[in-house]
Amino acid sequence: MLTDPVTAAAPAPPQGNLWTDLMHGVFPDGMPWWMVAVLGAAVAFAAVMLFVTVIAMFSIWLERKVAGHIQVRLGPMRVGGWHGWAQSVADGVKLLLKEDVVVTGADRLLFKLAPALVLGTALAMFVALPFAPGLQIADVDLGVFFLISISSITTIGVIMAGWGSNNKWSVYGAMREAAQVASYEIPLGLSLMPPVIYYGSLSLRTATDMQAGWLGLHWYVFDPLHFWIAIPSFVLFFVAALAETKRAPFDLAESESELVAGFHTEYSGIRFSFFFLEEYAAMFVMSAVGAALWFGGWNFPGVTQMPEGALRDFLCVVVFTVKSMLLVFVMMWVRWTLPRIRIDQVMTLGYKYLTPLSLILVFAAAVLEYFLALAPSVLP
Amino acid sequence: MERAAPSPGLLQPGQREIELDVRTQDVEINMGPQHPSTHGVLRVLIRADGEIVTAAQSHLGYLHRCAEKIGENVDWLQYLPYTDRYDYLAAMNNNLGYSLAVEKLLGIEVPPRGQYLRTLIVELNRIASHLIAFGTYGLDIGAFTPFFYAFRERELLLDIFEKICGARLTYSFIRPGGVFNDAPPGWLQHVEDFCRQFEKKWPEYWDLLVENKIFIERTANVGIIPRDLAIAWGCTGPMLRGSGVDWDLRRDQPYLVYDRLEFKVITGVGYRGTVGDCFDRNYVRMLEMVESLKMVRQCLDQMPEGEVSHPDVGLIIRPAPGEAYVGIENPRGELGHYVVSDGSKIARRVRVRAPSFCNLSLVEHIMPGTMLADAVAIIGATDIVIGETDR
Repeated sequence: MLTDPVTAAAPAPPQGNLWTDLMHGVFPDGMPWWMVAVLGAAVAFAAVMLFVTVIAMFSIWLERKVAGHIQVRLGPMRVGGWHGWAQSVADGVKLLLKEDVVVTGADRLLFKLAPALVLGTALAMFVALPFAPGLQIADVDLGVFFLISISSITTIGVIMAGWGSNNKWSVYGAMREAAQVASYEIPLGLSLMPPVIYYGSLSLRTATDMQAGWLGLHWYVFDPLHFWIAIPSFVLFFVAALAETKRAPFDLAESESELVAGFHTEYSGIRFSFFFLEEYAAMFVMSAVGAALWFGGWNFPGVTQMPEGALRDFLCVVVFTVKSMLLVFVMMWVRWTLPRIRIDQVMTLGYKYLTPLSLILVFAAAVLEYFLALAPSVLP
Repeated sequence: MERAAPSPGLLQPGQREIELDVRTQDVEINMGPQHPSTHGVLRVLIRADGEIVTAAQSHLGYLHRCAEKIGENVDWLQYLPYTDRYDYLAAMNNNLGYSLAVEKLLGIEVPPRGQYLRTLIVELNRIASHLIAFGTYGLDIGAFTPFFYAFRERELLLDIFEKICGARLTYSFIRPGGVFNDAPPGWLQHVEDFCRQFEKKWPEYWDLLVENKIFIERTANVGIIPRDLAIAWGCTGPMLRGSGVDWDLRRDQPYLVYDRLEFKVITGVGYRGTVGDCFDRNYVRMLEMVESLKMVRQCLDQMPEGEVSHPDVGLIIRPAPGEAYVGIENPRGELGHYVVSDGSKIARRVRVRAPSFCNLSLVEHIMPGTMLADAVAIIGATDIVIGETDR
């Protein structure tokens, strides 16, 4: 029988407490490997689910407050007391309790599968995010590549939702989403290449570790030799990320004034809230990728130098989350300031401007790395 | 279903030609009556080839309340509250149009202070109405924030209206013979405060929305109405002036005290695109707010003392038999009232020429060849109020 080497090798504790005694009694040879795997997956899922829910709820509350203050009003103020902090909780409960409506004539399978697929992919994206040295669910070698490819699966969910809803507006939303995401994948992927060339790795963990210099301020955007590539590539990445996450001014898939609500017109209750959660989860993931590749990930003066341990990990999570949320805030800021672009202008922007520009940047980054490699001794 | 080819005469230069190389099945789609950007219960049946609109047809009548028929069944004065409800965003102007028509039948002249008060409040109402037009146009294009800014200023105006007549939307303030009451103490100062505040805020709106690159991309060269087409379809108001036609009833057929006020008639000049596009219509409205503010200031300066109403007009009005037509410049165009009296206390006929109705008739003809998002931009730039088109 296969046993997990870690648990199998661990000797039985001489003086156990109730938990260890129990475990020893039930599994004298240590836990079987499949149970470790299942438990690990369950714990990871619960952690991600909890984190995503909290982050998404906080983002929704923040979005409403940001929108409120930009629009000379206050936003939620009542629920929970302090500045309506419990508004998202109340909304979540309300959505949970609502009737689950599947419209007549809908493709029931697609209609029901779509929200699950969309939310599932959003959760899967969190796997590769480097929150702290000791807190990353999986250090995927192809981290960046993994994130882009997983985030594209969301589009399939959106198309399923639009097609399954038996509503013309939904189909329009789905088709726009398909066209838009397919065209913005290219600049998004290409704009991630300059940092990848700089780090020489696709792993987000490696990228973060390489930005630990200068007391934790040696971020890619601050590097004296690379900032002139880093800043434009970040701008390109950010614009493409906005389009990828269907945020304004690229929110054509659900453009309220044209398509009523786009692909989720017919959704209500908990299924609708899945789409909602996904939007904010995807925003956070895209911002987190930006924070990890351009803004040093968890590195920050004072945190980077701390001795390894739980406290450091906790502070790293805080730094990383705050950096990501700042970028999320910028996304909100953009949304409440700009009008929406038309679909043909979205395509023009993507293909005629962003793609060539990102190609130029990739080329420049490659050339720069080549010459830096030629003269390693002269330069820092 | 067979494709109804849009008649080529209506496709104007500058509009996108319909691409015919790839043919897919057309979609017929109902925009409205329940739709976020049809400004009420307008229903536009759109036939679209993908994102491109190939034909459009507007269906009216979801808000028909028989206003004109009611006019034949109630007293002359009792009809006044119904006028509030055609264009509920500019109720003062509607009151004025009806009152002027009745006064023309009666053959009376309103005292000067009443005339100035009317002009003042009508221009304030025009600002309030254009603020909504500008704010909701931002919403249609996808910018949410200008809407709230516009409402902030409109709120001040509604407070002003509330102070003088007690109502915030349906005023019935201007009535045959004059106005309901004189301005309460301090009210004129209140208006002056508003002018000072609005003057500071207006450039913000201009920078925030009108000069926004995306807004320009979305509205310039979209839904162009050439000069002759606008005239041929009987467009009035900003819709007509946006196409470069220099026609404003306030200057060309002066009523009230407009001949004593200095103001410019704003016409579309193709500031960012072609003359007569959606941008120009919004541009005209934006600048008209400034002109209205100027007129309000002049009214405040010239405001005479004295009576505000003609003493002979009571609650029961019995005009001599005859008919009268009075057209006035509403925020949305020429609001005409054609009234016929047979000498009794009830009108024989009340007919309303609603500007939104005439402006809307052209919309379905400029839509073919544009994109679905442009259809929203075109409806928004027309600035219709369904209460008025359906009456």
